[in-house]
Amino acid sequence: MTSHLGLMVVFALFVSTVFATLMRDEPTQQLAFGARLFGGFIGAGIVIGWLLYPLPF
Amino acid sequence: MKPHSGPIRTATADRIQPVNAFLVCAAAWAVPGVGHLWLGRRQKGIVFLIAVPLMFVVGLWLEGRLFPFQISEPLVALAFIADLGIGLPYFIAKSIGAGAGRVVAITYEYGNAFVIVAGLLNMLVVLDAFDIAKGRK
Repeated sequence: MTSHLGLMVVFALFVSTVFATLMRDEPTQQLAFGARLFGGFIGAGIVIGWLLYPLPF
Repeated sequence: MKPHSGPIRTATADRIQPVNAFLVCAAAWAVPGVGHLWLGRRQKGIVFLIAVPLMFVVGLWLEGRLFPFQISEPLVALAFIADLGIGLPYFIAKSIGAGAGRVVAITYEYGNAFVIVAGLLNMLVVLDAFDIAKGRK
């Protein structure tokens, strides 16, 4: 796999899984928090990617 | 569902008090998730046992590098410390010749990010296990 987006999704999945498991005790809370983190990672990655798009370097 | 209340946490702390927190940390560092399993946090331990080493393996598969300790190159030395955070998997990977890192591979930098972050995440897992062993969580 060499897709930047695909690798970012895999990376976000791992990091949000570990963070959610660390920071919440109940599985339902872990799931909700992990989903929010995952969405935040992906959303932030896409927004920052578009903001950087016009830069010439 | 209501989160754990004080008495439950106190009971957990009482149960795990005889455990040497530093031994737990050593085990948690060596094999990600084992510290939590030792302390009876089975669900968390299993998640860490799967997710952290898998992230490390994906990083190696993406041709990331296991950095050597080079004091003359401070960033390489820091990357080595982060890599080492994963524990035994680092030494296993080194012993089988994985993690040579192919700089020209298109996924090289991605692989480095996965390997380094897996080590750093395991450091957080170790700190969490230490807090649990001390009865703080």
